[in-house]
Amino acid sequence: MDDENDIGVVKRFLYVNRRAPHGSIYALESLETVLIGAAFDQDVSVLFVDDGVFQLKKDQQPDALGMKNFSKTFRALEMYDVEKIYVEDESLSERGLSVDDLLIDVESLPRNKIGALMDAQDVVLSF
Amino acid sequence: MKIAVVVNEGPYQHQAADSAWHFVSAALARGHEINRVFFYHDGVNNGSRLTTPPQDDRHIQQRWSELARQHNLDLVLCVAACQRRGLVDADEKKRHGKDADNIADGFRISGLGQLIEASVEADRVVSFGD
Amino acid sequence: MATLNIVNKSPFEKHTLSQCLSRAAPGGAILLIEDAVCAVIKGGAYAEQLVTGQQKVYVLEPDLAARGFADAALPDSINRVDYNGFVDLVTQYDLVHSWF
Repeated sequence: MDDENDIGVVKRFLYVNRRAPHGSIYALESLETVLIGAAFDQDVSVLFVDDGVFQLKKDQQPDALGMKNFSKTFRALEMYDVEKIYVEDESLSERGLSVDDLLIDVESLPRNKIGALMDAQDVVLSF
Repeated sequence: MKIAVVVNEGPYQHQAADSAWHFVSAALARGHEINRVFFYHDGVNNGSRLTTPPQDDRHIQQRWSELARQHNLDLVLCVAACQRRGLVDADEKKRHGKDADNIADGFRISGLGQLIEASVEADRVVSFGD
Repeated sequence: MATLNIVNKSPFEKHTLSQCLSRAAPGGAILLIEDAVCAVIKGGAYAEQLVTGQQKVYVLEPDLAARGFADAALPDSINRVDYNGFVDLVTQYDLVHSWF
């Protein structure tokens, strides 16, 4: 980490992703925030709930639409030391998905544990 | 208390920019510090000085500029979001060889790190969007 | 830690309110702003669900008034706040989470 980003305070940041990719730019620009934020040495968690779970679906092929396949970048999160990645069980099952359909390893949480995860943060940024 | 504000939508299309402005105004009036207003996604469109709403409507960009002038507010437009949407300041104009710039008084363009930094330094972060 | 959850979508159009309510931890609050204010109208489909929840419920008065509901009857446990009240809520709760 470079000194420029050393602000001496470590806060718990939760990025909440609740929207599907490609239909709007929120998912892509949220990922950009997570990647930039990773350089600040904060305590980062990323949560995918509701349609946000579609962001992690394997085999996305937006290239034919001329759109960026940023889903591959989720695989790089680990290299940025972003290791706390959560997905809500019910959001997956409601959409006919399981963790096997996702392109990265995640920790899955039941819906009744999500509130506690949110409450444990200092900053929640939802996109 | 120190409060950071995030604005994720442009003016007029959604109420988010209005809500954010009313919130910031009220917070300042109550003696709180707004350490930064960070404009992201389409929110960067709040900073276009070319905005020309009908005369009988509110001027959202001018309201922000005025608030910044009165309270020395730090209004930051995300550079990556600006580049995608055609928001250009003098430096960006030069760097990308554009024939114009369009950033309103009181706004500046900077990186996403400004959002993280403001969030770390603030006691609260409040986001407005759609 | 207690969270102030902000919802701005009409529950008649989007699921945001129920998505928030199904996760929000007990002891927090819900603040309804913008199009979400229509959820609190007494006799409407969502008002009862709101007051039986485990969160305090607040509604932004100027957004109600803008939509013709300045004098509307609300369930007793739903509190009206103006923008000053909005600011006070932000400072009273430990964390603010805006649901879009």
